[in-house]
Amino acid sequence: MAADGGHHPEHAPRFAERAPDALNNPQLRRNFRRAMDGLMAKRAAQFPDPAYWAELRARGAAVKARALAKLPDLLERLETNLTANGVQVHWAETTEEANAIVLGILQQAGARTVIKGKSMVSEEMHLNAHLERHGITAVESDLGEYIIQLAGETPSHIVMPCIHKNKAEISDLFAEKIPDQPRTDDVDELTAAARRVLRERFANADAGISGVNFAVAETGTLVLIENEGNGRLSTTLPPLHIAVTGIEKVVEFLDDVPPLLALLTRSATGQPITTYVNMISGPRKAGEKDGPTAVHLVLLDAGRSRVYQDVELADTLRCIRCAACMNHCPVYTRVGGHTYNAIYPGPIGKILTPQLQGLDAAGDQPHASTLCNACAEVCPVKIPIPDLLVRLRREAVRPTETPATHLPVVKDGGAERSWKESLVWAGWRLVYTRPLLYRMVTRALAWGGNWVPASAPLMRDWTKARARPRFKPRTLHDLARERGYLNEVPK
Amino acid sequence: MSTASNTARANILGRLKAAPGRPGPDLPPWTPPTYADKLARFRQMAEANHAEIHDVTASNWPQRLATLLNNRGLRNLMIAPGTPRGDALVQAAAQGVPLPPLVPYDQSVEALKDALVHQVDAGLTGTRGAIAETGTLILWPTAQEPRLLSLLPPLHIAVLEEDTLHDTLAAAVRDQGWAAAGMPTNALLISGPSKTSDIEQTLAYGVHGPKELIILLVKKGE
Ligand code: SF4
Repeated sequence: MAADGGHHPEHAPRFAERAPDALNNPQLRRNFRRAMDGLMAKRAAQFPDPAYWAELRARGAAVKARALAKLPDLLERLETNLTANGVQVHWAETTEEANAIVLGILQQAGARTVIKGKSMVSEEMHLNAHLERHGITAVESDLGEYIIQLAGETPSHIVMPCIHKNKAEISDLFAEKIPDQPRTDDVDELTAAARRVLRERFANADAGISGVNFAVAETGTLVLIENEGNGRLSTTLPPLHIAVTGIEKVVEFLDDVPPLLALLTRSATGQPITTYVNMISGPRKAGEKDGPTAVHLVLLDAGRSRVYQDVELADTLRCIRCAACMNHCPVYTRVGGHTYNAIYPGPIGKILTPQLQGLDAAGDQPHASTLCNACAEVCPVKIPIPDLLVRLRREAVRPTETPATHLPVVKDGGAERSWKESLVWAGWRLVYTRPLLYRMVTRALAWGGNWVPASAPLMRDWTKARARPRFKPRTLHDLARERGYLNEVPK
Repeated sequence: MSTASNTARANILGRLKAAPGRPGPDLPPWTPPTYADKLARFRQMAEANHAEIHDVTASNWPQRLATLLNNRGLRNLMIAPGTPRGDALVQAAAQGVPLPPLVPYDQSVEALKDALVHQVDAGLTGTRGAIAETGTLILWPTAQEPRLLSLLPPLHIAVLEEDTLHDTLAAAVRDQGWAAAGMPTNALLISGPSKTSDIEQTLAYGVHGPKELIILLVKKGE
C-alpha cells in the first residue's frame, strides 16, 4: 500500500496485486475456510480454562524471553554441550553460507540422495533447489511437504503445508506422478501410496535433514516434534543427520521444554501432544545398533541477529512457529499462504519477512492487516504482533537508527518514504492546526466535494472496493452547534 | 568447523553481544496439572490417541501377547535381546508359549535393514514410564533396545509397568532427573501410532511409523 512515489525494484508482485486472484478463487477459499475453522475449534477445545491458559502462556513467553536475554551465552553453551555429545556445530550468517555448509557435509560423505523431515528453515534456505543444482536429490517426507514437492509448489502454511489442496487435487496429482497409482478418494489409500514410495526413499537415503523445534543448551539436546514418524526416520535411519535451525530456537533448560511443548502442540493442531517427541543428544554411540554415525547442527542467522538489536522488535524471535496467528487471521484465512509470496505467511510472516528481507522487498507486508488483534490474542508466547506491524509501518517511512552503526534498525528502513504521502500529511497538518482554514476547507468540501470525479487519484483507489462517500451539505460541527453543543458542553 | 563457519560464529556472537542488554524476566509460577487417578487419565488419553491397552500381569503377559499376535495373524515379532522383556519372550517361547517367530534385533541396522524395512510385522519394547496428562509413553532406547524397533514395524507393542506413571512431562523430567543424569542418544515420547491429517484434515494412521500401538499394562502385584 505504498503511495505512488514509493520505489519498488523489479521483484515479485506485491501482496495487494496477488490478493485478488486468491479472493476470486472459490475452491481455494473453501479449502482454507474449512481447514481454518477446524483448526480454530480444535485449538479452543485445548484451552478450556482461561486462567490456566493465562498461566501457561505467561510461563512460555517468559521462558523464551529469558532465553533471548541470554542468547549469545546460551548459544555458546549449546555448542559446548552438543560438541561434548559428539554433534558437530556449524554457524552460518546467511542462507547461502548454510547451503554451502550442508552441501559440503553431504559431498564429503559422498551422499547422493537425502530424505528430509519438515523444516521451515530449509525452506528459507531454498535448500532443495541448491542441492538439486549440485546433483543431490532431496525428497520431502512429511506427507504435506511431499505432496507440494510433487506438485512443484511451496508451502502455504507453516504447519500444514498443503492445506490449500483438497483430496481430489491430491488424488489427481498422485495418479499422475506415482507409477501404477490409481485415482482414489480414500485418504487411507492416498496415505498408503505415499508410505510405499517414501519407505524406499528412506531405506536408500544417504543422509537425513531435519529442522529443530527447541535446542536445549543445558544438555545439548535437539527436540523435534511430529505426528508421522518421518522426522524420526529422517534422523535415525540414514547414516548421516544434518539439522538446520535458526539461532533463536535455543532454550536454557530441559525444564523449559514442557511448557513450550504444551503450548506449541495445542496451539498448532489442537493436540495435547504430538505422536512423537524426538529428543536427540548425539550420534550413534559405540555398541548402539542404529542411529546416524554423524550428526551436524547448522545454526543460521540470516538476519536474526539484526532483529535482536532492537529490544521491541526482538519479541519477534520468541516465535515457536505454531501458526495459530495465521489460523485466526481474517486476512490469511481469506487469501491463503501463497498470496504473501514469502516463506512465512500470515501475521508472523508480516513481522518476520520485512525484518529478514528488508522493507524494500517486503515493506508492503505490515500493511496487509486490519490490526484486529486476533493474532496477539492467540499467540502462545504473547508476541504483540499488531504493535510490531505498526512499528514496521513507521520504520518504512521514518526509520530509527541503531546508535552504534547509524544504520536503520530494520533493513532498508525508509524504503516506503514518498514525497506525495509526505505532502498529503503536511497539508493535513496545515489544515488541522488552523481553525479558520479548517472551517474553510470543510465548508468547501461540503459544497463541492461531491463533484470530485471518481477518477481523481485518491478517490480512484478508495472506490475500487468501496462505495463512494457522499458529502453532506452541512458538517458535523454545524449540526452539533445547532443542537446547542459548544466545545462538548451543551449551552 | 571450517574457517567460514568460524568467521560466521565470531560475527553472529559479536553482533548479539553488542546488542543492548535486556533483563531476563523471572519465570512466573506455573502449576502443571496433577491427577488423583493417574491410571484412569492415562488410559483415557492413550485411547484417545488411538492406542490399544491390555491389562496383563508380570507372569501372564507373554501368553496374552501370543494370543493377540496370533489373532492378528502376524508372521513374526522383533525383540531386543539382552533386555528383560526381550529375554522373557525368548524364554517363554522356549517353554512352549505359541509366539510367532521371534526376530532378534542383534546386529547393526545396516545388516538388518531389509528385514526391518520390509519384513518385520511387529516390534516389542519396554518403556521408562508414562505420562498421564497426555497418554504418552517414555522410551529410552539403549544399545540393547535400538531406536528403530518402535518405528519401522507396522505394529509397536510397548510394555508399561503400572507404577511408573507420572502426572505430566514436567514431573517426569524432574522426578526421573533427566538433566542431571544426562540424556541418552535418543529419548522418545510416543503418544499413539503414527498419524497424519495433511490431506483435508482427515486422520489417517501409519503414514510412516506404526499403524498400531499396543500397550501391555503390567498391573502391580499380580
Ligand atoms: S507468532 Fe505466535 S502465534 Fe504466530 S506462529 Fe509464532 S508463536 Fe505461533
